[in-house]
Amino acid sequence: MNHLIYIYLLCICAIIIAIRFMASPQTAALGAKISIFAMLLAIASDFVPVPQNVIYLASAIFFGAAVGILLGLKIKITSLPQMVALLNGLGGAAVVCIAIGDAHIFSSALVLGSVVGTVTFSGSVVAFCKLQGFLSKPDFRFLNPIILNVLFLCLTAYFAFMFYRHFDIVYFWALIFSSLLWGIFLVFPVGGADMPIIISILNAFSGWNSVAIGFAQQNILLITVGSIIGLGGIILAQIMIRATNSSLLKLFTSHKDLSSSSANHLQTAKSINTRDAAFILKNADKIIIVPGFGMAAASAQHALKNMSDLLRNKFSADVKYAIHPVAGRMPGHMNVLLAEANVDYDQVFELEDINREFSETDVAYVIGANDITNPEALSNPASPLYGMSILDVSKAKTVIFIKRSLGSGYSGVDNPLFFAPNTFMLYGDAKKVTEEIDKFLEQ
Amino acid sequence: MINFNILLIIFVLSCFIGYFVVLGVTPALYSPFMSISNAISGIVIIGAITQHGSDFWNFLAVFLASVNIFGGFAVSSRMLVMFKKKEPKN
Repeated sequence: MNHLIYIYLLCICAIIIAIRFMASPQTAALGAKISIFAMLLAIASDFVPVPQNVIYLASAIFFGAAVGILLGLKIKITSLPQMVALLNGLGGAAVVCIAIGDAHIFSSALVLGSVVGTVTFSGSVVAFCKLQGFLSKPDFRFLNPIILNVLFLCLTAYFAFMFYRHFDIVYFWALIFSSLLWGIFLVFPVGGADMPIIISILNAFSGWNSVAIGFAQQNILLITVGSIIGLGGIILAQIMIRATNSSLLKLFTSHKDLSSSSANHLQTAKSINTRDAAFILKNADKIIIVPGFGMAAASAQHALKNMSDLLRNKFSADVKYAIHPVAGRMPGHMNVLLAEANVDYDQVFELEDINREFSETDVAYVIGANDITNPEALSNPASPLYGMSILDVSKAKTVIFIKRSLGSGYSGVDNPLFFAPNTFMLYGDAKKVTEEIDKFLEQ
Repeated sequence: MINFNILLIIFVLSCFIGYFVVLGVTPALYSPFMSISNAISGIVIIGAITQHGSDFWNFLAVFLASVNIFGGFAVSSRMLVMFKKKEPKN
């Protein structure tokens, strides 16, 4: 068994280097290859003293790999966030299975692992269902989420203690069952706009799962790699939480008081048609495109890329993309979609790098984003969005706001930007509207 | 058997490594990074392979973990290909 520790060391170093390579898009693909190599090496090295049930294990890996690769390659680009959530849930389920198999001896690490693993599993499944559209907006709340979470915490702790005291497998199953419910109730109230945060947190959980299993089985590889992933998820979540001026507690327990937002539908928004929008864009020197979930939902990225190419090449405009940390349904969602449409990543900027440029921008083209542009987040302390960092599109000379209707964003808050004197609303599907503009630009 | 204290030291130190390594990941690549770290978290498969527990749960654990690993890598390489594609265009 002694040689194994050197192979594990190699795998750990390879995974650290692989993540390091994710610092730049040029080296990221190499990083992915290194991490695949490390994982295969780690799995293969456990087969070296050939286990008795080798055929059993190998066939499980084979079928798992076949299903995984098939799922990963067949899934549509629009369904990527769901896919990430689902795979994460399966990882949680795997941990629970390991814990069940190991439950013949009591280990606090194992109990912890099975609780977190089950929460990861059921939470990810709920996240998957929400992203897939199986579950609608959470409008039912039977209990205050804080009370509910404390209740589940006590219940889980009680079953864990009883399992320790009496060592009856019944308590272990009760533990699993209560964690299953806990995960469901934990994720259920989280809204769509907070989805990138919850996905990162569930991802972090799956890292902590392997730490727990690592402690239970005294496996250094599981502890090291698990804690790196666990922290990775937490860092991503923390970055996004900071950008929305939220907190972990608020995320899971928020009662957004919508009545406090100053609803003022008496104001009228100016709307324009695609011909006029194309005219405005033609005459602009500097344009910033602000994509949001609506772009992802309509798959408008290719039309958008076409538009920016036309504007750049035919009308020699300066076109940039501005990405808010929580735009979309998973971290970096917009970047992936723009990359899919072949948008050069040199033209894509993060919030803090581009926000100052809006004041010298002729046209801000907001496509499928809403709450992340709401100026009330800066000015109105009564707004539920107050304190959130926003893309300062209202500073641009003209704002073209593509939207299906004059409704509020996911948070249910009115956006005064619609009624601003320099805003023109362009109603319609993000993709269709952009394609029409493309046609006018081509003429 | 490895001493618990040593495991604890390893755990805390790797938390620090994880923190600084992940801070370096560029925001544009958060999605592929998440997908890769998702795949890597399937490392628990090792816990299932080396475990001598009951057969059914073992089989299920290995199966689920490998779906996680290979699915995660498939998704992340699909994402990363998109980021790579336009390089010759520059």
